[in-house]
Amino acid sequence: MTAAIDVDARSLRRIARNHRLNRWDVRFSPYLYISPFFILFALVGLFPLLYTAWVSVHDWNLIGGQGDFVGIDNYVTVLSQPYFWTSLRNTFSIFLFSSVPQVLLAMGIAAFLDYNLRAKTLWRMGVLLPYVVAPVAVALIFSNLFGDRFGLINELLGGIGIDAIRWHVDVIPSHLAIATMVNFRWTGYTTLIFLAAMQAIPRDYYEAAIIDGANRLRTFWSITVPLLRPVIIFVIITSTIGGLQIFDEPRMFDQAGQGGANRQWQTLTLYIYELGWGQRNFGRASAVAWLLFLVIIVIAILNFVITRRIAGSTERRIRTKGKR
Amino acid sequence: MKKKQQGGGHDRRPGFWVYGILIAVLFGSAFPIWWSFLIGSQDAAAINKSGINWIPGGNFLANAATVIDTVPFWTALMNSIIVSSSVALSVVVFSTLAGYAFAKLKFRGREGLLIFVIATMAVPTQLGIVPLFIVMSRLGWTGSLWAVIAPAMVTAFGVFWMTQYLRDALPDELIEAVRMDGASMIGSFWHVGLPAARPAAAMLALFTFIATWTNFFWPFIVLDPGNPTLPVALQQLQAAHYVDYSLVLSGVVLSIIPLVLVFIFLGKQLVAGIMQGAVKG
Repeated sequence: MTAAIDVDARSLRRIARNHRLNRWDVRFSPYLYISPFFILFALVGLFPLLYTAWVSVHDWNLIGGQGDFVGIDNYVTVLSQPYFWTSLRNTFSIFLFSSVPQVLLAMGIAAFLDYNLRAKTLWRMGVLLPYVVAPVAVALIFSNLFGDRFGLINELLGGIGIDAIRWHVDVIPSHLAIATMVNFRWTGYTTLIFLAAMQAIPRDYYEAAIIDGANRLRTFWSITVPLLRPVIIFVIITSTIGGLQIFDEPRMFDQAGQGGANRQWQTLTLYIYELGWGQRNFGRASAVAWLLFLVIIVIAILNFVITRRIAGSTERRIRTKGKR
Repeated sequence: MKKKQQGGGHDRRPGFWVYGILIAVLFGSAFPIWWSFLIGSQDAAAINKSGINWIPGGNFLANAATVIDTVPFWTALMNSIIVSSSVALSVVVFSTLAGYAFAKLKFRGREGLLIFVIATMAVPTQLGIVPLFIVMSRLGWTGSLWAVIAPAMVTAFGVFWMTQYLRDALPDELIEAVRMDGASMIGSFWHVGLPAARPAAAMLALFTFIATWTNFFWPFIVLDPGNPTLPVALQQLQAAHYVDYSLVLSGVVLSIIPLVLVFIFLGKQLVAGIMQGAVKG
């Protein structure tokens, strides 16, 4: 009799305990599952970014470590260096040369891939091939193709009577060469993003337009492009963040890796590297990193404002079209 | 159907000129790779003169041997394999867990935390390299592969990608059913979450592997010359042999081979992954 009661009490306790465990399980497991991201982001993402601000207001040497607090001295010094401004200019110039033609080219190629092709996958794979080539490898191949003396591009230009271009000496040609590397690697990727968006456009839109007498080019401009606008904006925004931090291609464009004798193609990230690991001045490198961070934020806000305006106008247009 | 074929242009088989243009595009994407083999198979004397030799030389293996002697090629290859696989594995595990929680579990602060994750994608964390380097040298990790693997172990993109996928791919009823059968939270993740996540997880692994394999900036800063990854080894090769492009480009060819093989077998999946991501993103 007593034994039976004992057993019951014990199993009741076990059930209660299981119940409690289960409640904790339900309650805390989600946080446990998402915690690796937050812990790691805090440690290797957020903390270094904020700590950069701390380093930037100190004398700080790569070897010697932290020195005196110097306030905004590093910023003042850096902003008075011509190389900073050259790097800023180069960064934007290379970014423009690599984003604008890329978007246009990708849209054009996507329009052709959108045809009812034979062996679809093969063509799509073909445009994506450069994506698996590392930027460093791309840069080495193209710095050969863009060689000043024996490069293939100059040979071909010579063949049609154009004087050799000094790709590794002049400012704009060097930017074009570097932007070509970026475009080579990413155009196919961007093309596939556009292609996916194009295939989501209902085919009856085109049919309706064609019944109205529009040709393929016309439908591309008045149906495909406007409907693609959100994707175009998405591509531009995502490429801004990476594009303004470009390092690999300009680093590998020549052997010295400093962005040319007069820093013709030095970008801000290259400049950060030169200050931090070339001159061993972590304070100044951090100051430039923060300035670049501010630039990226300003661009992001600009992007946001422009996007909202464009999105608004597209919506209005579609709505008025719908009414008609 | 008939009308569609006559008028649309979208469903009709295109004319030869479309294929012509696409062949030109493909030529553009394959030519530089072919060019690196062309130059990489010749010798210094043959390439440093005017005029272009369109026939591959017989020097590729000799060049490759020199490359392997000049830079620690095998170490670099092993390191790239180790780093890229560990990062891919870890990103997939952590992102799948987090994505499962965000997509399927109820907890306080879920929406806000997910928005935070998405917002961090726009943070240029690369700009924190100076403190990251300081931390790594304090830990004594500079020069070791850990310094490259640790900061890349989970990505916001991965979490977002898995959340998006699991939201549609895994019915809530399925989780409820295994919970009713007495499975714990981790048990139900294991039995229904993980199997449902498999296609997206494989895709994430593939893209993470490629991104890590081709990554240069941080490994270049934190690794020692004797213990590089492949892109860092290529930089060393350039530093050693800038004047001899036949050597540099044969090294490029060697370094490209592994991912080109991946591309040949999994290129179709890569295409599908990008196109799916685009529609969802």
